[in-house]
Amino acid sequence: MNIDDIKREFPIFDDKIQNNDLVYLDSANSSQKPRVVVDRIYDFYTKEFSNVGRSVHYLAVAATNLYEQTRVSVQKYINAKDKDEIVFTKGATEAINLVANTFGQKYLSEGDEVLLTELEHHSNYVPWHFLRKAKNIKIEFAEINDDGEVTLEAIEKKITNKTKIISVSHLSNVTGAILPIKEIVELAHSKNIPVLIDGCQGAPHLRLDMQDIDCDFYAISGHKMYGPTGIGVLYAKKKWLEDLPPYQGGGGMINEVKKEGITYGELPNKYEAGTMATAQVIAFNESIKFMEKIGIQNIEKHEKELLNYGLEKLRKNNSVNIIGNPKEKGGVISFTIEGVHPHDIATILDEDGVAIRAGHHCCQILHDKLNLPATARASFGVYNTKDDIDKLDEAINKCKKIFNL
Amino acid sequence: MDLKDLYQEIILDHGKNPRNLGKFDNYNKDAKGNNPLCGDNVHVYLRLNENKKVEDIAFEGHGCAISMASASIMTDMVRGKEEKEVKEIVTDFLGMIKEKDSLETNILKDDEKTKLMSLSGVKQYPMRVKCATLSWHTLTSALDNSDQIVKTEE
Repeated sequence: MNIDDIKREFPIFDDKIQNNDLVYLDSANSSQKPRVVVDRIYDFYTKEFSNVGRSVHYLAVAATNLYEQTRVSVQKYINAKDKDEIVFTKGATEAINLVANTFGQKYLSEGDEVLLTELEHHSNYVPWHFLRKAKNIKIEFAEINDDGEVTLEAIEKKITNKTKIISVSHLSNVTGAILPIKEIVELAHSKNIPVLIDGCQGAPHLRLDMQDIDCDFYAISGHKMYGPTGIGVLYAKKKWLEDLPPYQGGGGMINEVKKEGITYGELPNKYEAGTMATAQVIAFNESIKFMEKIGIQNIEKHEKELLNYGLEKLRKNNSVNIIGNPKEKGGVISFTIEGVHPHDIATILDEDGVAIRAGHHCCQILHDKLNLPATARASFGVYNTKDDIDKLDEAINKCKKIFNL
Repeated sequence: MDLKDLYQEIILDHGKNPRNLGKFDNYNKDAKGNNPLCGDNVHVYLRLNENKKVEDIAFEGHGCAISMASASIMTDMVRGKEEKEVKEIVTDFLGMIKEKDSLETNILKDDEKTKLMSLSGVKQYPMRVKCATLSWHTLTSALDNSDQIVKTEE
């Protein structure tokens, strides 16, 4: 796999950004888009546009077929058993809200416990907090260890006979820890507890096999997988989608609507109310094809190499402190520099075209635990090179110089 | 854009060694401010005497060099001033950060104005403006006895 060729497929790297070559190290936040994805949106709107699933004219039928093709692509990509287990949402956030809302409605009542981890992104905490407010449920957090990991034992410790659902990250967007999700699912199922995996950081970087992982729900973000914004996926086992109530009401999700009552549509329409992000769904198919063409194993291998190179390089850089040291780690390096606030780091790095993120990365619980208000984070995508990491390192040195370190 | 405009010596100095950092006992006004986007926060404490003069002022909090320097310089500058004067300085400062090229108030001496102008570099960095203004909004909130926590995001 030739990274230069791959990089050329991303138009954002064609031009200078503020007179610099772009060193994009913010893919955990959102990835850049290959030309095929951008073009697909343009082509769809200019040549093929129609709403899907309603009208019978030529364009409507063609658009519906394209829309459904993405569903099948996603199903195959994550090895789901059935295409009806793929529900499109506006993002992973909506996917988690969908589960919290519908599962909460049907199965949670006062005193019940939802088990999360201290690593969770706000999008896998706030939706459950709503239930804490509305239904007086309890939220428990499995603790991280000193390496920034959540072990199976940490999960097991917090399971009680009140635990009704477990919802955990696949891969931490701060420490990069990859959680033992298959083992967590096995343990949970042995106690009859369903598991939701927040796969925002897992899906873009790791091989997924829903039937092997055997989780009940898996939330995916499209825009982190080289796809458009406004598109996400909820994978859910069919039994749950059949069992749980609908999430939003509107057109497209109904079977029959009478003054006396309403029946809901078949799967997956039951969960796709209103006009969906049609163009984004159709273009998301190109993201999947793009990743398949490179091969997820190759992406994993490349990002692992970058990670090891980056860790080695930054560890050698005095005054850089790397957050967490998980044994299983994805392409994320969060760090601090003694004496320089992460926001100042980000601004100074940006001057040289090095785009990183600074802040709490939507993980305030984790940052409280680490006793850090903020961290700086470099995260990798398929287009990154060792040269990018060298530039990061140089920019960090410049930062230290400005702050007289 | 030039980083030297943003990170002037005086900013680095106040950022590293903020003046008036900490809480004092007999304050009679205070307010909290935070920046939800980055998790930075500030708590301003002040004592207004019977003549409505700022007898003492301090702040607690953590944040980037810009926000710490801004709070540090601000607290230095408003100590000993009357409430009315403080409000005029705040308005003038926020106006300068937002659009004006210079400070207009007659309350501040030239060297004080120069000090404040060292924060004008943030104008070139729209994402960092809120770092410079958080403590100032929080000061206003403290003077107005507002119970609302100041947030930089609407």
